[in-house]
Amino acid sequence: MTFWRLGIIRGIVVGLAGSGLGMGVTMLLRIALGLTAWKAGPVTAVGTVVGILFYLAGLGAFKYWLGWVRRRAAEEPQATEPTQPHWARYLSFDINHKTIGIQYLVTSLLVIIVAGIYQLIARLETSQPGLQFLSPNTYNSLVSLHGIMMLSGVLLGIAGMMNYLVPLMIGARDMAFPRLNAISYWLTPPAVLLFLFSLPAGGFDTGWTAYPPLSLRAPLGMQLMLIAFYLVGWSSILGSINFLTTIFKMRAPGMSLFRMPIFIWATIATALLQLVFTQFVGIAFLMLLLERLTGLGFFDPDKGGNVILFQHLFWFYSHPAVYIFVLPGLGVISEVVPVFSRKPLFGYKAVAISSLGIAFGGMIVWGHHMFAAGMEEWLRVPFMFTTLLVAVPTGIKIFSWLATMWLGKIHLETPMLFVISAIVVFLIGGIPVDLYIHDTYWVVAHFHSTLFGGFVFPMMAAIHFWFPKVTGRLLDERLGKRYWTVMTVGFLVTYLPMFWLGLNGMRRRIADYDPALGLGTMNTVATIGGYLTGLAMLLFFINLVVSARRGAPAPANPWHSQTLEWQVSSPPPEENFVTIPQIVGSPYGYGIPGSRHALIPMSSQPPEEVS
Amino acid sequence: MSRATTLVINRLTIKRLGLWLFILSESFLFLALLVVRFYLQGVQRPTELNQPLGFVISGILLLSSLTAYRGESAIAYGDEKLFRRNILFTLGLGILFLVGVGIEWAEGFRFFPPASGFGTVFFTLTGFHAFHVLTGLLALLTLVLPGQKGRFTPENYWAVEGIVKYWHFVDVAWVFIFPTLYLVS
Repeated sequence: MTFWRLGIIRGIVVGLAGSGLGMGVTMLLRIALGLTAWKAGPVTAVGTVVGILFYLAGLGAFKYWLGWVRRRAAEEPQATEPTQPHWARYLSFDINHKTIGIQYLVTSLLVIIVAGIYQLIARLETSQPGLQFLSPNTYNSLVSLHGIMMLSGVLLGIAGMMNYLVPLMIGARDMAFPRLNAISYWLTPPAVLLFLFSLPAGGFDTGWTAYPPLSLRAPLGMQLMLIAFYLVGWSSILGSINFLTTIFKMRAPGMSLFRMPIFIWATIATALLQLVFTQFVGIAFLMLLLERLTGLGFFDPDKGGNVILFQHLFWFYSHPAVYIFVLPGLGVISEVVPVFSRKPLFGYKAVAISSLGIAFGGMIVWGHHMFAAGMEEWLRVPFMFTTLLVAVPTGIKIFSWLATMWLGKIHLETPMLFVISAIVVFLIGGIPVDLYIHDTYWVVAHFHSTLFGGFVFPMMAAIHFWFPKVTGRLLDERLGKRYWTVMTVGFLVTYLPMFWLGLNGMRRRIADYDPALGLGTMNTVATIGGYLTGLAMLLFFINLVVSARRGAPAPANPWHSQTLEWQVSSPPPEENFVTIPQIVGSPYGYGIPGSRHALIPMSSQPPEEVS
Repeated sequence: MSRATTLVINRLTIKRLGLWLFILSESFLFLALLVVRFYLQGVQRPTELNQPLGFVISGILLLSSLTAYRGESAIAYGDEKLFRRNILFTLGLGILFLVGVGIEWAEGFRFFPPASGFGTVFFTLTGFHAFHVLTGLLALLTLVLPGQKGRFTPENYWAVEGIVKYWHFVDVAWVFIFPTLYLVS
């Protein structure tokens, strides 16, 4: 039966069975212990965890290792049968990094759509004072889910970009650990499912930050969200191990550290942050889960706990997470700007090192999220100082982009337009935030500007830039430019009023506000802007779908770029490089006569494997 | 600047780097747990805590690292019998350690229950560590299953090396947890 051969079908069926088994055994245990059989928290928690393990097994994720233990010949998982259609590999446990990159990106876009729709609903509620159609709890659940799902969508999005591009850019045939890579991806669909179930299970009204004590009392939806984000976290930890190993061990001959594209440097910085800091949010969420389920007293002062501990652990990850989100985006900007300015990247070494500078600086600034939380007073000045320090490496990048564009032959095609939007918006996001406007819409506008400038616009630039490589077809340039116009205008109309609203006393995470404040008009404008952004995304998806099916065939190198991924066919062959490329120079030698990044020999020369 | 012109992909060094990165990540998990201990409880320690038993199980776990190391060395020299014997010793010592933790837990439930200040910290730290010991034991077990006879050779024993390294890591984590819970005051 072909249907049954699809990994995802097996995973879902076996996973559901496992989930039922887990819940059943828990209920039996509870009866044996003399408790009531059904208590939603513990029963569903065990059901979820067992279900996920069964799902992975059903998918075939453990097949290789089980085979290793039972000493079967190590057969490669044959994800797609020759008789199956082309798309089947995207729904199965496939280990090619390009498949996994596309899986990540599609999942990311789906999550971003859902999270965006949640916010559009909530935005309609706040467009005028008074309660329109949502209850305050539903409103808060929608906003919280918007936050945590967007963050997960961003994590999946950067994982997708890095998965697709890293091996191609460094001249490798695949990632260092292809099976681990597939597991990293397949941990995320159950997370998405749990996010979706969270709303029917009561949602959670804590905001995405899940601060206790509110998160200890929130409905079951809270628990689903905690488990879901824990899964996403492990996905990114395992992914980071893979990226770092791949970059440090599998670069093409001749690619020294300072011949790597900036996107690779950004990946190193991102992966280091993910590898180390995700553990902190993981443990913080696990502690919440344990306190909810077993009554341990981490955050309950009556039991010797302390709520500030959660905030420290949480922000110790979640501030570096900002850099996890934006560093790949800044890397994309550094890739796109030289190609469309036809000039070498200005100050390559400084830009390369500045990624690491941002990463290390970002490790010691988490306290600036807690100025109003009752943190020790003397910590304020050091945290303020370190925060200002991060502006230095960021400034290096921005001046490098400007200097690269300066006197360049700038081609204003869609990717470049998005990059320009990104730089401007990222600068707007850098406007300092003060203690007195804590928890207002100023903060909302600030971090959305950072994320639009650091992630959304660069990701759109990336999709428009690499789409021909991935699909072998060109995107519709006219529709792309229209999309860029509506998106940029939509962004400005949404968030510039929010800065004003924040200064005038509009608080975050409230469904209703006092009409006497006179905030109604600007809130309506922001809502209109939000829906413009939604319309823009619709244009974008139409362009994606139509161009992927009927776009003009793309040449191997439509943008005349020098980096490695453009030197192979579009889409790239299954193993990326038939012959191993030799790296002979800088990746950004545009406009320099005779400059080359790579030579790709014609004769076949397979890589030498040492086990 | 330029390196060799032929691409050499050394799977062994790739696997080693991957494992070290995993261990780096996991050590930050334990770091976070130590932070939790000091943030919530400072250096408080209840007098009921069974220090002698703590010393005994620490000794057992350290000894198991020694046998694991001897097992790895044995297979590096191709002595399969010695290898299996030492890994089995390691398994036994690991199980003894878990039994010791179980006794500690039983005493803990009486004197400092999980919902109390020190109890929360004690059960969390030992619980997370015991979970890692358990995964290490399962991994070690896969090395000495009857079907694995003759599998590892001096040329090819990465699985042994990797799992033993992980086992050492679990021991080192305990070396930090033990004084944090049992000695400071």
